[in-house]
Amino acid sequence: MSAPPTAQQPPLVTPAVADTPVMPGKRVRLAVDRPMRLDSGVEIGGFQIAYQTYGTLNADKSNAIFICHALTGDHFVVEKHPVTGKPGWWEMLVGPGKPVDTDRYFVICSNVLGGCLGSTGPKDVDPATGQPYGLSFPVVTIGDMVRAQKLLVEHLGIEKLFCVIGGSMGGMQVLQWAVAYPESVFAAVPIATAARHSAQNIAFHEVGRQAIMADPNWCGGNYLLEGTKPEAGLAVARMAAHITYLSETALHRKFGRNLQDRKAITYGFDADFQVESYLRYQGAAFVERFDANSYLYITRAMDYFDLAADAGGTLANAFRPGGKTTPVRFCLASFSSDWLFPTSESRAIVHALNAVAANVSFVEIETDKGHDAFLLDEPEFHQVIHGFLEGCAEHRGLSVRRRAR
Amino acid sequence: MVDIRDDLKLIAEMVEPNSRVLDVGCGDGALLDYLSHTKNVDGRGIELSMDGVRQCVAHGLSVIQGDAETDLKDYPAEAFDYVILGQTLQAMKQPRDVLEMLCRIGRRAIVSVPNFGYWRVRMQLMLTGRMPVTEKLGYQWWETPNIHFCTLRDFVVLTEEMGITIEQTRIIDRAGRVTSRAHSGFANLLGEQGVFLLRRNG
Repeated sequence: MSAPPTAQQPPLVTPAVADTPVMPGKRVRLAVDRPMRLDSGVEIGGFQIAYQTYGTLNADKSNAIFICHALTGDHFVVEKHPVTGKPGWWEMLVGPGKPVDTDRYFVICSNVLGGCLGSTGPKDVDPATGQPYGLSFPVVTIGDMVRAQKLLVEHLGIEKLFCVIGGSMGGMQVLQWAVAYPESVFAAVPIATAARHSAQNIAFHEVGRQAIMADPNWCGGNYLLEGTKPEAGLAVARMAAHITYLSETALHRKFGRNLQDRKAITYGFDADFQVESYLRYQGAAFVERFDANSYLYITRAMDYFDLAADAGGTLANAFRPGGKTTPVRFCLASFSSDWLFPTSESRAIVHALNAVAANVSFVEIETDKGHDAFLLDEPEFHQVIHGFLEGCAEHRGLSVRRRAR
Repeated sequence: MVDIRDDLKLIAEMVEPNSRVLDVGCGDGALLDYLSHTKNVDGRGIELSMDGVRQCVAHGLSVIQGDAETDLKDYPAEAFDYVILGQTLQAMKQPRDVLEMLCRIGRRAIVSVPNFGYWRVRMQLMLTGRMPVTEKLGYQWWETPNIHFCTLRDFVVLTEEMGITIEQTRIIDRAGRVTSRAHSGFANLLGEQGVFLLRRNG
């Protein structure tokens, strides 16, 4: 019956940086004594990580689950979002009695390094100059994000996570966790993800970045100093990306060629179609909660992700630390209509894990909802997560589900 | 007690406790579940049907969706103590290659095969002149997934050709009773299926 360890740790918690509105949630400064070396070679110290925890850490600290958020996600997994007022992005999967049961597990989620919801990122003030970093913020990778997460987990006094879970970019982080820290992860659930970002996906990201940088209000990345905001560019980036999160079937089912609040086309460039109106709304809503430079940095981190390249070109080698099969138990899930991170990407990871005879489960969920399906109500997917975690809990000695008599 | 089919029970009897097992074509995971709870095995499965895979994983079993003929090659040699193939060798396009892979990635393989030399099958073919359709092999010729039938004798001959030793044999009848613990012409007539524990020579 121990309280969450975060209850008694004010020494490392610092107030929000000046330009960040007061947000709920926990904050900690990490790498204060010893700076963290990024993949780029740049060292960064004393950065802030914003995070949330749910549930209670057990006495032997063996029930911690780390959730990795996706590109535009954040650490508000369960509760109402402080900016948008919308339900937590994974409240269908995480919570009391949910597949990731916060009555049983201690769940942690942190805003990624380079993000804009409380963790240090390009919109924060560079202590060296007293001005916002902008493009002088160092380029971060998925590996760097996970390094920062590892520091947070150590700060919370947890040696070994029971599980790391995440979808899309979160799934990349899950894979990175398993490869970089195989002894610190009991189970890993990479969802709708890939071991490397494909050329097509890099291309989509480049469209988004160019949209931002083409916005005159971007001001070469210095919009905070200039007192402007590249809203149009960021909105277009979001609109383009949003299309990739859906499937053609889902778009058609949702909107078809239906007109928006009108009976006939207007022979103009107003949002005649519902789908246009929807995308404009998505774009406009996004700029309210996201920083344009953060979007540049985080999409770049995804583009640079390539696990096989880091392991000498053979993905299987990534799962053979020190010549031994990874001890991590994997469960991969993909969605049949996801064309951003198609099933073939997950299958490539499964093949690599098989090549080292790792413990792996893999399920493709039948759905027409596209990449976004991992965030939506997909009962079969939730059953799989629940079953996998139950099985792992049994092996980890966290619960006795059933016994052979 | 978890209850499983008789032929699966015979397979389970051949498995040593605490071993590493791969069940190829594990279906809904009944055998894996049984083995993990009665013999404490480290069990994995491959299953072609997504429904089967979902059921397995939702029950906490380590199972991947995959095809034995394309996905077994990924595994390293002797990755498992036992690789199990129950009642599906006859459905493979290249059964010999699959058998070869089973004996490569497992120190031992356990294979069960329906016997096309079973007397009821022989009688049907002889008396009606039509392809046999039995209780266990209940498909018409044009719909059957079973494209490479063999008799128990055929199977034994193939293992000899491939340099595979049969360490244990169980011939079972229609009711699932063991009728013989060795292969013979008699067993080939009376057995509806055979379960074999295999090991590659050398």
